[in-house]
Amino acid sequence: MKCKNVAAAVLLTALSTVPGQALAGCPTKGVKEMTGAGATFPYPLYSKMFSEYDKACGVKVNYQSIGSGGGIRQLSEMTVDFGASDGVMDDKQKKEAKGGAVLHIPTVAGAEAIVFNLPGIKRSQLKLTPEVLAEIYLKKINNWNDAKIKAINPSLKLPDLAIAVVHRSDGSGTTFIFTNYLSKVSAEWKDKLGFATSVNWPGDVGGKGNEGVANSVKQIPGAIGYVELAYASQNKMDWAQLQNKSKKYLDPSLAGAEAAADVASLPDNMEVVITDSSNPNAYPISGFTWLLVYENQTDPAKGDAVANIVWWMLHDGQKYATPLEYAPLKGAAVKKAETLVKKIKVNNQVVLK
Amino acid sequence: MSDHSQTIDGAVSSRSSARVVHHDTRVINLGDRLFYRLTQAFALIVILLAFLLVFDLFRGAWEAIQTFGLKFLVGTTWDPVKREFSTLPTIIGTLVKAFIALLLAVPISIGSAVFISFYIPKWLRPVISYPIELLAGVPSIVFGLWGLFVMVPVIRSLQIWLKANFGWFFLFNGPAVYGVGVLSGSVILAIMIIPIITAISRDILLTVPRPQIEGMLALGATKWEAIWKVALPYARVGLFGAVILGLGRAIGETMAVTMVGGNSFDLIHSLFDPVHSMASQIASEFTEATYSLYVSSLIYVGLVLFGITIIISLCAQFLIWRLSKGHVAVFE
Repeated sequence: MKCKNVAAAVLLTALSTVPGQALAGCPTKGVKEMTGAGATFPYPLYSKMFSEYDKACGVKVNYQSIGSGGGIRQLSEMTVDFGASDGVMDDKQKKEAKGGAVLHIPTVAGAEAIVFNLPGIKRSQLKLTPEVLAEIYLKKINNWNDAKIKAINPSLKLPDLAIAVVHRSDGSGTTFIFTNYLSKVSAEWKDKLGFATSVNWPGDVGGKGNEGVANSVKQIPGAIGYVELAYASQNKMDWAQLQNKSKKYLDPSLAGAEAAADVASLPDNMEVVITDSSNPNAYPISGFTWLLVYENQTDPAKGDAVANIVWWMLHDGQKYATPLEYAPLKGAAVKKAETLVKKIKVNNQVVLK
Repeated sequence: MSDHSQTIDGAVSSRSSARVVHHDTRVINLGDRLFYRLTQAFALIVILLAFLLVFDLFRGAWEAIQTFGLKFLVGTTWDPVKREFSTLPTIIGTLVKAFIALLLAVPISIGSAVFISFYIPKWLRPVISYPIELLAGVPSIVFGLWGLFVMVPVIRSLQIWLKANFGWFFLFNGPAVYGVGVLSGSVILAIMIIPIITAISRDILLTVPRPQIEGMLALGATKWEAIWKVALPYARVGLFGAVILGLGRAIGETMAVTMVGGNSFDLIHSLFDPVHSMASQIASEFTEATYSLYVSSLIYVGLVLFGITIIISLCAQFLIWRLSKGHVAVFE
């Protein structure tokens, strides 16, 4: 009986949606409210998407932006319908999840800008290589007139000024992506510090949130820091061009983040941090933000609702990304994300076919 | 403590006397009893809540206590990647910032309380006190933002000047001048506790019996002598209590001090070094603490913070007890 219902529901959904717009949209089993919790980074976008989804389908989503860690904990305890995270769950967390296998479905990508404060040097004028950036954050390069920085910026007049390294003091997905990047480009960083939402920084100043980092960078001559691209561009901060894997110097941009996500080598489970991407147009400090969903849903109505809203976010929802300075998914990334949504099951029956 | 037992005694005696007087009016007696039981229940709830809090902190911190033991208190590594946690730098950072804040705030607060209580006409008192009380009601995030955008640049200029002129003194010999750090944290805390200490001190100074001061004046003392030798000693227990309340707020303050403290996990060597506070560390990292030992370690920090608050409050009780003994001796 149940199987028949699911099949009928899927058929109905397929018929009721716009042709070419793929096969799902609104939940079909009477779910009017859903709960989600997690990452703060995509919150502005999610709240826009959910308000539009309410208008389109009459389903209210209560999303609490309590941070990725909190989102993972709540999903593990099965107190929310879906979680959201800027990082991938580790093996121990996956084991602790009470509902079994968790799908990581990316929704959008973001980029981070390396911002600096150097008298007389403007946005995009300073160039940095991954090696130099890692050595600055390892506190091995301590002055802006260091030969290694001069070598890649021959035309700039770099002052004799101590480098003040600024980082996030609160645990954050931004730090996760940034330290993940440094771990990929520097063996020493990987060895000594590794990557996480918060690490044992060698120096110097910790700022709370993007605003804390940005403000310290603005106030201290010689400072360098990392902030989300949207924050840096809205506050007109000076950022550096960063050399990517294909040795191209690039400004941080949404296009760069989109390119980073559009590579053939993405794994099927999408549990990948797309820093240091091999795409020649990719900006190297880019990352996904994921929705966390149980593969096997226990409640048929909720399972149907979850699969539908995620599908909607991957298609209709994507148009809200660019105005809010997130990078929508492109090409290979969308295809792989779709495959993941189609894995969501209720009683061993796939919800969306 | 003694005040407390006195009031209980007082209540008990008045209750028994009430029973004698209103021997036949049962209703009043019943109401009285009900009220007594009700307040008793409320008091018990408060005590129970405190015990529950301690129990829950212990339960939450248990994993970290088992893993790190007391080394947690003396180690200097906070490394979420390698799953190694200890918190000495933050304990020191918290205490240093709170005590410097007291050093800055106490003279200003008590000075202005004296001025309000003794030097200005009665009608002017509310005019001066009101803004101070208004300041006490400002949310700490507002202090934090103001501190970050307005105060920190000023402190940074001060730091540059101090380093240039007094750099030989170890407190002013920071590795670099960041603006954010111990000094900024202390100053913002001082600004936040001044209103509390001032408001309470003023109320206490106003309770000093006027005849005491007038007597001193009649004996030929100057106003300054009367305040210094009679009013302040008379009020010292209460003033001390006001200072302790301020200290409590300074140690527990989270938001503002997170925004200007610099939040580093290294031991401090000078007033310019950036350093975390315990409360701000918990608030900053809790949302993204992704595994149980991490969460447990943060709760352990909370337990330590709770312990420090208790120790300070016990020391304060002891000092008040000593002070009030001396206080009694003066007036005997």
